[in-house]
Amino acid sequence: MNPISELIQYLVSSLSLGGLYALMALGLVIVYGILRLVNFAYGELVMVAGYGLLLFGESPLPFIIVAILSVIAAIIAGVAMERVAFRPVRNSNAMTMLITSFAVSTLLQSIALLAISPRPRAPNLPSIFVESLTLGSLQVKIVDLIGIVAGVLALVSLTVFLRRTVIGLALRAAADDFTMTRLLGVPANRVISAAFAISGMMAGIVAIFWIGRTGQTYPTVGLQPVLIAFIASVLGGMESLKGAVLGGYVLGFLTIGLQTWLPQGVNNYRDAVMFGIVILVLLIQPQGLIRPSYSREVR
Amino acid sequence: MTLLAVDDLVVRYGAIEALRGVSLHVDEGEIVGLIGANGAGKSTTMNSILGVVRPVRGTITYRGEPLLGKPPEAIIRKGIAPTMEGRRIFPSLTVEENLRLGAAIRSDRQQIQADIDRWCAFFPILGQRLQQPAGNLSGGQQQMLAVARALMSNPKLLLMDEPSLGLAPLLVAEVFRLITQLRDLGVTILLVEQNVRMTLEIADRAYLLNTGRVEFSGTPAEILQHADIEQAYLGGGKSSRPASAPMGAPLT
Repeated sequence: MNPISELIQYLVSSLSLGGLYALMALGLVIVYGILRLVNFAYGELVMVAGYGLLLFGESPLPFIIVAILSVIAAIIAGVAMERVAFRPVRNSNAMTMLITSFAVSTLLQSIALLAISPRPRAPNLPSIFVESLTLGSLQVKIVDLIGIVAGVLALVSLTVFLRRTVIGLALRAAADDFTMTRLLGVPANRVISAAFAISGMMAGIVAIFWIGRTGQTYPTVGLQPVLIAFIASVLGGMESLKGAVLGGYVLGFLTIGLQTWLPQGVNNYRDAVMFGIVILVLLIQPQGLIRPSYSREVR
Repeated sequence: MTLLAVDDLVVRYGAIEALRGVSLHVDEGEIVGLIGANGAGKSTTMNSILGVVRPVRGTITYRGEPLLGKPPEAIIRKGIAPTMEGRRIFPSLTVEENLRLGAAIRSDRQQIQADIDRWCAFFPILGQRLQQPAGNLSGGQQQMLAVARALMSNPKLLLMDEPSLGLAPLLVAEVFRLITQLRDLGVTILLVEQNVRMTLEIADRAYLLNTGRVEFSGTPAEILQHADIEQAYLGGGKSSRPASAPMGAPLT
C-alpha cells in the first residue's frame, strides 16, 4: 500500500472514530455544564439505543427508521432519567448526584441483564456496516464515511440549535450561571430536560455507530463509551462544548494513529500508551486543551 | 398603587439571622432606596423577593399576589427583573445573545429586535460590541449590559443590587442618571445601594437597614435628618472619614 493511500485511510478512520468520540463527549459535557454532574449512567442511554436497534430491527421497517426510533428511545430514556432520578436530588450536594448516577447505571444494566439477556445479542444491521469501497490500493469502510458525515451533521445542527434558539442560548447561559439564567425567567426544569434530551440524542447516534462497529449489544455495552466520553472531555476541557469536541477528535486520531503505526510487539499496550499521552497532556495543561476563557465566579 | 409589599420578613442562614422582620413597600412609579452597611440585609431582602433565598417567615406580595415559595422563573414572569450584584452577565455569550436571552419570557420576535436596537442606541458601546463575547467588556460596560438585559423583559419593577459597585466615579454618576431616566420611562425601581449619598439624591423614599432590621424609613430629607446615618453612613460630624473623600465613592 502506498503512503498516500495509507494517509487517506488513516484520516478517514480517525475522522470517523474522532467524530464518534466527540459526540460521546458532547453528551456528557452538555449535562455537566449545567448540573456539574458527570452522569455515569450516560452509557446506559447508549445501551437503551442498542437494545432499540435489536428490538425495532426485528420489524420489517427500513434501517433508517429503526435507527431514528432507537435514537428517540435514548432521548426518552435520558429525559426520564433526569425526571425520575436526578430531579429529586438536584438541590443536594454534588456527591449525592454522582452516586445517584452510579445507581441508575447499575439499575438499568441489571434490568437489561434480567429482562433481556446477559449474553451479547446481534441486532439486524444493514450490509453497509461491513462493506468497503475499493479505489485502487485504497480501501475505505462505507460506515466510516457515513460516520464522518453523521458526526459533522450532528455537530453543525447542535451548534445552530445552541446559537439560534432561546432554549439553546439558555443552555449555554446556564453553563455560565444557572441561577442568573433562571432570573431571566427561564424555567430550570426546561433547561435541564433539554440538556438530558440532547445527551440522549448523542448517546443514540453514538449507539448506532458503536454497535455498528462491533455488531453486538449487551447490558454493559455503554461502559466503554462513557469512559471514552469522560476521558475525551477531561482531555479537551470539561468546561466547554468546544473542548469536548476537540478532545473527542484528538482521542480518535490518537487511537487510530497508535493502532496503525505502533510496532507489532507493542500494539497490545496501545491503550497504555494512549492513556500515558493523555496523562502527559493533563500534567502540562491540567484544565484540558481548551481552558475556559473567562474565569468562573466562585459562589 | 402598591406594587410590591414585603411584610415581617425573617431569613436565617444557619444560626445567623440575616433578616429579623423587614417590612417595606414600593409604589408604582417610585424609586425606593434600600440602604445600609455591609451585612445589613439589603441583598438578602432582594434575593428573598426574587425567590433565590427562602425566608422562614413573612410575606411578599406583588400587586397583591403572594410571591413567597414561587421559583425565580415564575416571579420574573410576573414583570419583575433584577440586576444582580456583580453584574452576572454571561461571559461566554455575545453581547447580543445576552440581550436576546433577557427577552426569554417574550415571544414577539420583531419587537424584541426593535428593543435590542433601542437599548443599543441608549448604550452605544453595546451596539458597537454586539458580536463580541460579553466577557470581553470592561466592568462599566458589563454593568450597562446587565441593566439593558434586565430591561429586555419589559419589567414593571426593576430590582437593582449595587449597580454602582466597583465603577469609576464618573460612571457612577452616569448609572444614577440612567436610573432616573428609567423611572421617567415608567419603570418602578427598588435600588439596593451602599452609595447612600447618591441614592438619596434620586430616591423618592428610602429604607435604612441595620443588622437585619429597618432602622429608619422616609423621604431622603427625613433620612438625612436622622442623626445616626449622618455619622454611620454619610461621614458627617464626628466621623473619621476624611473630608477629601470623593463624592459618590462607596461608603462602607
